[in-house]
Amino acid sequence: MKKIFFGLFIALSCYTYGQDCNYTFLGEVKDFHDKSSIPSATIYINEQDKYIVSDFDGKFKIENLCSGTITLTISHIGCETKTVSYQVNNDVFKEIYLEHHLEELTEVVVNSNLKTENTSIEQSLNKEIIENYTDKSLGDALNSLSGVSSLNTGNTIVKPMIHGLHSSRLLIINNNVRLFDQEWGDEHAPNIDINSSNKIEVVKGANTLKYGSDAVGGLILVKPKKYSPVDSLFGSTILSLNSNGRGGNINTELVKTFKSGYYAKLQSSYKQFGDFKAPDYYLTNSGLKNFNASLTAGYNSFEKGFDAYYSVVSNEIAILQSSHIGNVNDLVTAINSKEPRVIEDFSYDIDYPKQEILHHLGKIEAYKRFKGLGKLSVQYDLQINRRKEFDLRRGDLANTPVIDLRLFTNALQSNLHIDYIDDLKIDTGIMVRYQQNDAISGTGASPLIPDFDKYDASIYAIGNYDVSDTAELSAGIRYDYSRIEATKWYNISDWEDNNYDELFPQFESNTTDNSQILTYPEFSYHNISANLGYSKQFNNDMSIYLNYGLATRVPNPSELFSDGLHHSAARIETGLLTLNKEVAHKFVASFERNNENFGFSISPYYKYINDYIQLIPVGITTTIRGAFPVWEYNQINAQIFGVDIDVNKKISNSFNYNGSISLLKGDNKSDDIPLILMPATNFSNRISYYNEDLNQLTIGLSHKTVLQQNRYPDYNFYTFNPISQEDVYVDISSTPSAYSLFGFNSSMNFKAFKKGNLKLEFNIENLFNTSYREHLNRLRYFADELGRNFNLKIKINY
Amino acid sequence: MKNLKSIKTIKLLALFFVSSLALVSCSSDDDGDHDDHDHEEELITTVTYTLSDGTNVVTLTFQDLDGEGGEDGTTTVSGPLAASTTYTGTLQLLNETESPADNITLEVEEEGDEHEFFFSSTINDITITKDDMDVNNNPIGIESTLTTGAAGTGSLTIILKHEPTKPNDGTAAAAGGSTDVEVTFPITVQ
Repeated sequence: MKKIFFGLFIALSCYTYGQDCNYTFLGEVKDFHDKSSIPSATIYINEQDKYIVSDFDGKFKIENLCSGTITLTISHIGCETKTVSYQVNNDVFKEIYLEHHLEELTEVVVNSNLKTENTSIEQSLNKEIIENYTDKSLGDALNSLSGVSSLNTGNTIVKPMIHGLHSSRLLIINNNVRLFDQEWGDEHAPNIDINSSNKIEVVKGANTLKYGSDAVGGLILVKPKKYSPVDSLFGSTILSLNSNGRGGNINTELVKTFKSGYYAKLQSSYKQFGDFKAPDYYLTNSGLKNFNASLTAGYNSFEKGFDAYYSVVSNEIAILQSSHIGNVNDLVTAINSKEPRVIEDFSYDIDYPKQEILHHLGKIEAYKRFKGLGKLSVQYDLQINRRKEFDLRRGDLANTPVIDLRLFTNALQSNLHIDYIDDLKIDTGIMVRYQQNDAISGTGASPLIPDFDKYDASIYAIGNYDVSDTAELSAGIRYDYSRIEATKWYNISDWEDNNYDELFPQFESNTTDNSQILTYPEFSYHNISANLGYSKQFNNDMSIYLNYGLATRVPNPSELFSDGLHHSAARIETGLLTLNKEVAHKFVASFERNNENFGFSISPYYKYINDYIQLIPVGITTTIRGAFPVWEYNQINAQIFGVDIDVNKKISNSFNYNGSISLLKGDNKSDDIPLILMPATNFSNRISYYNEDLNQLTIGLSHKTVLQQNRYPDYNFYTFNPISQEDVYVDISSTPSAYSLFGFNSSMNFKAFKKGNLKLEFNIENLFNTSYREHLNRLRYFADELGRNFNLKIKINY
Repeated sequence: MKNLKSIKTIKLLALFFVSSLALVSCSSDDDGDHDDHDHEEELITTVTYTLSDGTNVVTLTFQDLDGEGGEDGTTTVSGPLAASTTYTGTLQLLNETESPADNITLEVEEEGDEHEFFFSSTINDITITKDDMDVNNNPIGIESTLTTGAAGTGSLTIILKHEPTKPNDGTAAAAGGSTDVEVTFPITVQ
């Protein structure tokens, strides 16, 4: 018996070594997502230089193979071409998976109309527009979108505002990392270098759950570019020079990509401006210095990949010297005076008051796709924000910041994108985050925001269902847990006046120091948020979108704890420990026609916000500096509604028209008065000429009008002036008049070097040197906005 | 190849975490102790104007111990001024949240060219002259002479301006700058 087996073995071995080309390769081509068979896929057999096609069941057969390596290249319409190699020394059966969601990998080549989610109501800025704002801020760039405005402090600190909401009510997601840079403060602009992004999306609707529960206003997504897997090295440099501020920006980026899927990018920019100029005078101490760098490296393939990103933003921003005032009488003097208190000659010096901010952001993200399930991504991110604010101070403290805060945030999150079901895509994920604020000692001032630790955890699930070829439904729900533990010294008199000694005896410690008591406030919150979206495409490029969102926001540290004097506003701001969370219902619709010849988007919205937290003047306190208005946080019910309309029309082959208008109304329903700080009606028009044959010459004229905001709450008051011995009227509420600005822009492209090109741009802002003030600028009491500016940009691609 | 890739990935991951650690440790400077209690060092809690005619002393005091915000400050006047009398006046600014109290007057004196006191009274025949000079020979006002005329009742306001225009016409309104102190005392001349 054994002998027989032995003999058989020998025979078989001989057979194997005999190089008979008798093997058969059986293959089956399947879809990676749902494992369905792919018929009519082309299979190229490299060794034999021969093509075959998969049958109706996705199967194919290659007969009479010799032992050795076989290399197959499989392609199919709409799929990524795949090359595979197998070792053949037997009959083989293999399943080969193809991917037909090509757009995810090569977003580069796809048009810019790709939305975050199909039911999402959003607008976006592409790289070309972003480059127009290379020497400006994120807020300035977004300001060009309808429904988006900004809350400014001077002209360099620009906070984006969506539908009148800003700060903690907007989520800013930079490279999939939620930005935490002490965004609660009105004069804290987001620390993002606009040059490091490839696309910026503004989600006005409700598809924001993946990123947070508290997007009462909306979501801003700053996205990097994805690179094709080809061997390449390329880069670009932009130089921008300006007459106003006598400064500019230089940005350089260099990208290396490999066929294997690896890529690396280095980007860096430097910006400097001296004192800016209003039409009639220099704005003394308004310049800035800004350095940014970012580094990305990663590996990108269909099945798996990773991305590591690090960026640093370093800002030194001067604040108008005239805005430093001592008391309410100084404020009255500033309001009544046409010109700022301090007007000096042009200078590049950044003097006090000023801000110095350093923001580090690092992240690493990895993903893997699982057959028949979807894509799992895991991300860890870390941010350190150091903010120093310098004021005009006396004596030894002159060079010491009055505010010095360090915020450390890190988070771990995962997202599972389930896409194997044809009509239903599900995103689900969890997130944990730890945040620590450190009020650095040595400022010689009690900290505006105390030391605190904050813990967050959340879980969400979002489904997108294809109702039909043209209609889609999305729904999502999210739960957030949030806990804050703070350490704060209170004046005993303040603590008792607010009744905190009876409401929160558990926060008190036994430690007191002079007239102050050490307390440990702790709060926990449970939040539920949800959204519902529907989209439907019609013939002739029309589509309709409907969104409902429930957003919940917990009070931020500034609203809970802030305590102190703001010199630029001559006001004392006091937080409130008894604040509840804010709950918002958002209804947004959009009716769009996406067409080059004549397109439009009409987007009405309605928001009702329960327990809307606002900061308003409540009275006057007498201090050693004289009288001060006291501003306190309180909660009311608010409603905001309006409509954003955008139109584009092709007038002729070379002429285009774009226009937009934003209307908004905000009401304080509790007191039946208008809501404070709401953007006024504004509209813009732009006509542009384009000639492809003449070096892609573009010439454009633009116009923007902002009407006077006539709906504002009247918080004006009288104060006694001891010098003039009379009551003076403090008009802090009235709004500046309407204004119209015109702009000119032009650009041309030239060939340069072997395969590079050169783009030249010449622009004029505020063409007619109009003097105006903007209601949403916190320094509007002190000085006019910027005058005319000539701008020259040179961009080289190589 | 696959192994190589994953090794590269791991290396990169390691590199990233090391660098992030380095970042964290770099930035944890100057604040080891979380219980540090920052006081309002710049705060002025107390303004005292001491008037002496050689024998009698009248003090005008404004005190706000919990600083800006909280309780309003209190004004104390020790007694009436005598008519047709010349007083030597001295101002003192204190931060009494510090222990011992910080004498802010010294800082003002040191930066005399950036500061100036302004006096004004609703009683018309009270005159006040500033007796001290900064480095540019412009008045500061820590030392002053107050002369009363006829009897009357009214108020006296003392203002300290930071970065006023110097020299100026003697009025706070024209001097500009930002206000560091603005206190008003009810006074009686008899």
